[in-house]
Amino acid sequence: MDKKTYSNLVVSSAPHLVTNMDTTRIMLMVLIGLAPSFLVSIYVFGARVITLTLVCIVASMFFEWAWNKLMHKTQTVGDLSAAVTGTLIAFNVPAGLPYWIAIVGCFVAIIVVKQLFGGMGKNIVNPAITARIVLFISFATEMTTWPLPKMAADATSTATPLGVLAEGGAELPSNMQMFLGFIGGSMGEVSAIALLIGGLFLIWKKIISPIIPCCFIGTVFVFALIYYVATGEGDALEMAVFHILAGGVMLGAFFMATDYVTSPLLPMGKVIFGIGCGLITMIIRLWGQYPEGVSFSILIMNCLTPLIENFCQKRLYGGAKKNEK
Amino acid sequence: MSQKHLHSIHVSHYKHTAGCATEVMPVPDVVKISMSQHIGAPCKPLVKKGDYIKVGQLIGDTDAFVSAPIHSSVSGTVTGLEEQRSAAGGMDTLVVIETDKKQEVYEGIKVPEAKDLPEFIKALRESGLVGLGGASFPTHIKFNPKNIDEVHTLIVNAAECEPFITSDHRLMLEDTEDLISGCQLLMKYIGLDEGYIGIEENKMDAIQHIDKVLAAKGITNIKTFKLQARYPKGAERVLLYEITGKTMNAGEIPAQYGVILSNVTTIAFVGQYFRTGMPLVSKRMTVDGDAVNTPKNVIAPLGTQICDVIDFCGGYKEEPRKILMGGPMMGRAIFSDEMPIVKNNNAILAFSKAQSLVKEETACINCGRCHQACPFGLIPTALADAYARRDAQALSDLKVMQCMECGSCSYICPARRPLGFTNKLGKAVVKEAGIK
Repeated sequence: MDKKTYSNLVVSSAPHLVTNMDTTRIMLMVLIGLAPSFLVSIYVFGARVITLTLVCIVASMFFEWAWNKLMHKTQTVGDLSAAVTGTLIAFNVPAGLPYWIAIVGCFVAIIVVKQLFGGMGKNIVNPAITARIVLFISFATEMTTWPLPKMAADATSTATPLGVLAEGGAELPSNMQMFLGFIGGSMGEVSAIALLIGGLFLIWKKIISPIIPCCFIGTVFVFALIYYVATGEGDALEMAVFHILAGGVMLGAFFMATDYVTSPLLPMGKVIFGIGCGLITMIIRLWGQYPEGVSFSILIMNCLTPLIENFCQKRLYGGAKKNEK
Repeated sequence: MSQKHLHSIHVSHYKHTAGCATEVMPVPDVVKISMSQHIGAPCKPLVKKGDYIKVGQLIGDTDAFVSAPIHSSVSGTVTGLEEQRSAAGGMDTLVVIETDKKQEVYEGIKVPEAKDLPEFIKALRESGLVGLGGASFPTHIKFNPKNIDEVHTLIVNAAECEPFITSDHRLMLEDTEDLISGCQLLMKYIGLDEGYIGIEENKMDAIQHIDKVLAAKGITNIKTFKLQARYPKGAERVLLYEITGKTMNAGEIPAQYGVILSNVTTIAFVGQYFRTGMPLVSKRMTVDGDAVNTPKNVIAPLGTQICDVIDFCGGYKEEPRKILMGGPMMGRAIFSDEMPIVKNNNAILAFSKAQSLVKEETACINCGRCHQACPFGLIPTALADAYARRDAQALSDLKVMQCMECGSCSYICPARRPLGFTNKLGKAVVKEAGIK
């Protein structure tokens, strides 16, 4: 009797099943979540949105690929995280930005912010946000040359609503215009409704937790409400709605502040993080030099994330016992 | 009753064999009965080469407190003792018996009678019963806790939350009488007031069937309890929380919360033993996996080699690369299909190459899914960091000892990190450092 037996089987630790949701799929979901805003943006600013986004994606993925190649590291370009970063950079700049400046932004994001700090999962701050800030400071003119939205012939000028609010001179667009996105601004942040749809899709798919967006947007709303009630400038409720629709709040709250790597993991930390983002955003908007503060707020809260995380862990477990003898 | 739930995850059920009535496997030519089929001291073989033994005859025992005797599952001639590496990694003594296929029953087999608790416990020990859910802790110790006067509730763990496995499901449909009489025996001798049979809601037919039998018998102090069909509802501490709302910490036993908690197969065996007197010599198990031709539920004699069980299920469809004893979430991968069936086997799963690949680990993206999945709210990423530093104090502060190694974190991790396994290693670091 020659029975065939097998004595060289694979032995590995349990569990022997894993979910099919891996990093690549998560990044793909984020890209899908960004799609509605992308489409609205094409409608508002024209075909240059497509080419600029593609340039950013290709540049980001190239930098990621080239770095891994040069440093003899495992190739991670396939996980699509560079594509997400590229898309977010494109969404954070004016549609008319020269391509070479956008590519500089991608270099800063992928090489300086992400890879120099150790690559995927190790970066301290959000690459896209930091790239936006670097570009904003380095190329102030190009980064604030807002192309005219196609449908705004009667035009609220080429300034962003927040620019108008800070500088005055023109009439603010209506909240409905801002909700739909027919306004001047960075490419991907103009349409609140498109970002909301994408954000809710990510929450529904359990890609992101609703805590950070809710706390972020909620804080901006409440802060604005209190400020305008206290100062009596205009209709407080209308201005509060204006502030959550204007600038980068929606894009930042749903797609940038929720970046796993640079935001806290524990729910309590997410609450602190979201509220912090909202507070800093409003402080910069109302009293700061710049008309917009979302990117700075996220950057600052990114830097505070390890502290928040540590604090929450200690709260959860009662802290390390010192000098236990 | 608690309506709150601990964190859990959805794992595809893959209960292909739920409709497969259990088949009794014919006795194989050779069985190899392990002397270490329980937690505790291994048994010493009581037979030697050339002995003729019968079904139910004692072949291994020891004086150690934490142990359970081992009986022959077949009639035949002992051809020798073998040393073999066990699935857990240690060395194991196997009694090799060439069967004569007559299955003559040992003369000493008689239906046990017990007047009181000590006699009941003694009978349980003689039956060779261990926890059949997987832990294989000797039952005669588990059912006799120090605070036996304080326990009041029986919880039967019939969650069967592991994917693929349907042997408990089939047992509930096929051996309902034994299950209920087992519950009643336990409640009578230990002095328990009420019993709950916790079953996941993906086995509604079992719930309805048991409800019907209970109603027909007019039993009101045993009830079925519907659990969410999520992983890991069948973990002892999770089940206790779901049914009683009490939070049990690692290192504690359910008896401290007034509960005797045991697996459905274990309880049903108690009923069966007090009906037939036959010690634990065979086991119902699910045979499945994409490398098996005909997935089935099988009752096999203990000591049957896995390859023989697979043969009974139509053999291999293709070359197996990974074979599991138990379910895919907590089961153990074995290196050879010549290993024998032991008491706590509830499944044999054989997977092809495509299903056996160990996924490559990528960088943690701090998504927090592991924390959300953990029934006890641990932070596996932080534990993995602490383990990488071999920081025993940090591991202990982050409650690594609470981990029950359910593997939910590893399952859910999008970066494919073996977080559950890292926790296991982390526990060893804490133990070594002697931190309480």
